[in-house]
Amino acid sequence: MSPADGVDSIAAGVRSGSRSAAAVLEEHLGRIAEREAEVHAFTLVTDSAARERAAVLDERVAAGEDPGPLAGVPVALKDNLCTRGVPTTCSSRMLEGWRPPYDATVVARLHDAGAVVVGKTNLDEFAMGSSTENSAFGPTRNPHDTSRVPGGSSGGSAAAVAAGFAAASLGSDTGGSIRQPAALCGVVGVKPTYGAVSRLGLVAFASSLDQIGPFTTSVADAATVLTVIAGPDPSDSTSIPEPFPDLRPSLERGVAGLRIGRISDLPAGADPDVAARVDAAFDALAAAGATIVDVEIPAFGYGLTAYYLIAPAEASSNLARYDGVRFGLRVDAPDTDAMYMATRAEGFGAEVKRRIMLGTYALSAGYYDAYYGKALKVRRRIAADFAAAYGRVDALITPASPSVAFAFGDKTSDPFAMYLCDTYTIPSNLTGDPAMSVPFGTGADGLPVGVQVLAPALGEPTMFAVAAELERSVGVGDG
Amino acid sequence: MSDRITRPAVEKVARLARLSLTEDEIVIATRELGDMLDHFADIDALDLDDVEPMTQPVPLVNVMRDDVEAPTLDRDEVLAAAPVATDGQFRVPPIIGLDA
Amino acid sequence: MGERWMHEGFEMVVGLEVHVELATTTKLFSGSPNRFGDEPNTNIDPVTLGLPGALPVLNRHAVELAIRIGLALDCTVQACTFARKNYFYPDMPKAYQISQYDRPLNADGRLALPDGTVVGVERAHLEEDTGKSTHLGGSGRIHGSEGSLIDFNRAGVPLVEIVSRPDITSPEQARMYVSELRSILVAIGASDARMEEGSMRVDANVSVRRPGEPLGTRCEIKNVNSVRSLGRAIDYEARRQVALIAGGESVRQETRHWDENDGRTHTLRSKEDADDYRYFPEPDLVPVHPDAAWIESIRSALPMLPAARRSRLADACGQDPDSEAVTTVVERGQDEYVLAVSAAGGSAERALVHVKEAFAEAGAAPTLPAARLAELTAMELAGALTATQAKTVLAEMVAAGDGDPAAIAAARGFEAMDTSALDALVDGAIAADPDAWAKFCAGDPKAVGALVGRVMKESRGQADGRAVTAALHARRG
Ligand SMILES: [Mg+2]
Ligand SMILES: [Zn+2]
Repeated sequence: MSPADGVDSIAAGVRSGSRSAAAVLEEHLGRIAEREAEVHAFTLVTDSAARERAAVLDERVAAGEDPGPLAGVPVALKDNLCTRGVPTTCSSRMLEGWRPPYDATVVARLHDAGAVVVGKTNLDEFAMGSSTENSAFGPTRNPHDTSRVPGGSSGGSAAAVAAGFAAASLGSDTGGSIRQPAALCGVVGVKPTYGAVSRLGLVAFASSLDQIGPFTTSVADAATVLTVIAGPDPSDSTSIPEPFPDLRPSLERGVAGLRIGRISDLPAGADPDVAARVDAAFDALAAAGATIVDVEIPAFGYGLTAYYLIAPAEASSNLARYDGVRFGLRVDAPDTDAMYMATRAEGFGAEVKRRIMLGTYALSAGYYDAYYGKALKVRRRIAADFAAAYGRVDALITPASPSVAFAFGDKTSDPFAMYLCDTYTIPSNLTGDPAMSVPFGTGADGLPVGVQVLAPALGEPTMFAVAAELERSVGVGDG
Repeated sequence: MSDRITRPAVEKVARLARLSLTEDEIVIATRELGDMLDHFADIDALDLDDVEPMTQPVPLVNVMRDDVEAPTLDRDEVLAAAPVATDGQFRVPPIIGLDA
Repeated sequence: MGERWMHEGFEMVVGLEVHVELATTTKLFSGSPNRFGDEPNTNIDPVTLGLPGALPVLNRHAVELAIRIGLALDCTVQACTFARKNYFYPDMPKAYQISQYDRPLNADGRLALPDGTVVGVERAHLEEDTGKSTHLGGSGRIHGSEGSLIDFNRAGVPLVEIVSRPDITSPEQARMYVSELRSILVAIGASDARMEEGSMRVDANVSVRRPGEPLGTRCEIKNVNSVRSLGRAIDYEARRQVALIAGGESVRQETRHWDENDGRTHTLRSKEDADDYRYFPEPDLVPVHPDAAWIESIRSALPMLPAARRSRLADACGQDPDSEAVTTVVERGQDEYVLAVSAAGGSAERALVHVKEAFAEAGAAPTLPAARLAELTAMELAGALTATQAKTVLAEMVAAGDGDPAAIAAARGFEAMDTSALDALVDGAIAADPDAWAKFCAGDPKAVGALVGRVMKESRGQADGRAVTAALHARRG
C-alpha cells in the first residue's frame, strides 16, 4: 500500500475537496474486484450502499460541511459487529441472514466521523479461533501468501487492510484476535484498554475479555480510528466513564527516557526468526533513547490455562441464546428441548461446540471451584504480576505471535496447538490492559513479523509512542 | 489418553448445553476435553488460597441509569426475523424442559 | 399464635418464596416500558429479547424500590453483585436469568405477623422476570399442547424475590405472612402486589416432621394464585406428605404444581435430574455498593408501616391491634381519617365502626369532612342519637358529601326520648314477658336481649339500646 491510501491522508484529501470519497471508494472496490475471490476477506461487500454513502459525503463536502476525521475513509467491519439492517453472521450458520435491528456503538461512531463501510469481514465462527479456518463460510487467505492463514479470529479484517480493500477495519480481541492476525498480515492492530471502547453491538464471545479495536497500515492511522471509536458509552455498564486520552502528542514523542521491559521469564515457544525481530526491536528502542529493563512476570505462563477456562465458561452462557426461538436458525423438532439440541448441533461448528462443552463443564456443579473459580484467582495473580512490573517499566515488548503465518491445516488437528498461538496475547485480555501489534520487518519466507507493545490500563499514549518509534525505525511500508 | 473426564460426564455436559452429539462426537469430545484438562492441570501447582477471584478487569461500581422510557423495537420487524411467529407472538413447539 | 397445625402427630414446616414485580416505569436492564396488559411483544428492545450484542444497564429506581423492601423487612442492605442463572426455557430470552446469588442486595431480615409470630427473611434480591407463554390446544396446559406462543413484554420486568426462613407452621400463618407482606409492599409503593395479575407470585416449600425432629424432605409448591389457595395448597401438601410417611413411604424432593380445580398438588418435575444452573458472576454488570447516605435517604422517606399504623389506631380506639375493624380500616388506608375524626373532638371508637361500614368500597377515601363525622359521634355519645339513627344520618351526610348532623337528625324527627317515656316502655316490656324478666333477675345475661328488643320494637327504633339496658339494670337493682 502507498501512504496515500492511509486513513489520515484520505480524510485530509476528502475534507479539503482535493479527493472525492467516490474516487477513493472506487480505488478500493477495484482492488476488491481484483483479489477478493482469492483472499476471501469478506462475508459481505456492501458496494452499492458504500457508493451511495460516498456520494452523500462528497455532496456534504461540496456544501462546505466537514464530514469528520474519517471523511470518505473506506472501512471494513468484522462480521460480529451489529449493523442495522445489514446481515451480521459471526461467520456462523446459526446467524446466517440475520439482520440486526440496531447498530453497534462503534459502527455509529465511524458513521458520524464520515467513514464509508465497504463490507463485513470473515472471522473464525463467533471469534473462536486463531486462523479464520473456523468460518462456516470458508477461510480467509493471507494476502502475503495465499497458501497461508491470515491468523484469527479477525483474519478477514486484517487481510482486508493488508490487501488494500479498506484503509482501516475493526476487529474484536478476546485473546489476541486483533494482534495475532495483524502480525501475520503485516498491519497495525490494537487491543485497547478494556472499557475504553463500547462493546454494545459486539456479539459477545467472552464479555469480560472482549474488546474492539482497529487495523490500519500505520500507527498514526490506528490512533485516528481508535480516537473516533473510544470514549464513554452509557449503554455499556463496563465502559470507562473518563474521556479517552489524546494520542496525537504520542506519535512524535519518541521513547527517550522511557523504560521498556523485557520479560526474562517469558514462556518459550517463539520461533527463532520471530525472536530475532523482537531482539532487533529492543535494540531499536534502546538506540532511540529508551532504557531496556529486565522484569519478571512469573504468572505469565498460566495465562493460557486461565483464559481457556474463563473464556469458554462465559461463552457457554453468551451462546446459550442461540436457541431457535427469536432469531437465526431453527431446526424443527417435536418439542422445545429437541429443537434446542438439533438447532445448536446444526448451527454451531466443531470449535464452538468444543468451547461450549469445555465452558459448561468448567461451570458445572462440582467442578466450578476446581476450574472456573481457580482460573479467576489465577487471573488476579497475573494482573498483580503485571502491576508489579509496571511499577518498574512504562511498557513491555513481546512477540505478538510465536510464528509467522502458517499453512492451512497446520494446527487444525490438535486444538491445543492452535491455542498456543495466543500465548503472548492472552495476558492483556485477562488484565484488561492495552496491547498492540506493530509490523517490524520480516521473518521466515519474507513473511511479516509483528512486535507486541504492552502498557498498563489507559497507557495507550505510552504504547503508541513506543509503537510509533518502532514504525519509524523500520520504515513505513516495508513491515 | 486422559481419565480426567468420563463419557457420562461428557453426556451430562452436552445435555446441559443442549447440544445433541453423535456417537463419534461424544468419543472425540471425551478425549479432547480430557487432554485439555490435562494441559490445564498446570495451575494446580499454584497456592491460591488467599487470592481474590478477578471477575472483571475494570473495578467500576454503581453504574445505573435513570428510570426513563427509551424507544422500543418495531414488532413486525422483529417478528419478521423470527423462525416462526403467530398473532404477534413467537411460536415454539410444545414445551418440554424444566419450568423455572 | 394462630391455629397450630397438627396432623397425626406431625407438624408442618413452611418457607415461602415470594416474587414481586416492582412499580418502575421501565424494565430492570433496559428502557422498555414495564407495563401490564399491552399488546404482545410491543414493550421489547434488544436487551429484552437477548439479541446478539445487547448489553444490560441497571435501573436505579428498581434498586431504590428493592432497598425500600429490604428496609421495610428489617434486612441488612449490603454491597451486592449480579449473577447469571443458566437454563433453557422459551420465555427466558438469553437462556440465562440475571439474578443475584452469593451476594444479594438485602439479607437477614424479619417480618412480624399481626398475631405476634416473627418470620425470618433470609434474603430479598433483585432479578429479571421472564416472558409469558400461552399454550395452544390441550386446554391451555403444557401437557397435550400443540405448541406455545411467547410474549416478551414481561421479560426483564424488575422482580424482588423475598425468601422467608422455614418459620411458618400453619396455613393460617402462611396466609398472614403473605397478606402482611402485601400490605407492606403496597404501603411503601414498591409494588401493586396483585396475586391475580401475577405481580405477586408465591411458591411454598413444605415439609412435615414430628415435633423436635430434624427437618423433613421438602417439596416446592408452585402455581398458587391467591392467598386462599395458598392455605389450601399447603394444607393438602402437608397431609399428603404425612400420609406417605404414615404409609411407610418417603417424601421425594420435587417441585409440585397446585391445581385449583381438583384442589391437589401434582408432580411437576423431580429434583433427581437436578437443575444445574451454573451460576457465575454477570460480566456485563458491575457491583452495586449502596452508600450509607443513599440508604438513609430511602429509609427516612419510608411511610409508617401497617403494623405501626394498626397499633396507633388500636390505641386511639381502645381495641386490639389485630381486631377485624382495625386491620380492615388500616388495610383500606382509612386509619388517618379515623384519627382526624377523634382529633376533631369525635369518638375514635364510633368513627372506626362508621368508617368501616360507611366507606366499605375497597380503597374508598372518606369524602365527608372529618369534623362532620366528629359532630355525629359526639351526638351519639351524648345519647342524642341511637346507633340506628346515627347510621341513617351518616348515610345522608355521605350521600351529600357534607351536612350538619344535628339539622339532619331534627329534620328526620330523631331525638332521644325522655326518661318517662322510656320508663313506660320498659314497664310494658316487663309486663309482656315476665319470665324473661325473671331470668334476667336470676342473672341470665341472654334474657336482657329479649326485653331490650321489645322496647326497641315498641319505640320503632327511637329508643337508645344502651339507655334501655341501663334502665333494666337500674330496675333490677
Ligand atoms: Mg427461587
Ligand atoms: Zn426468582
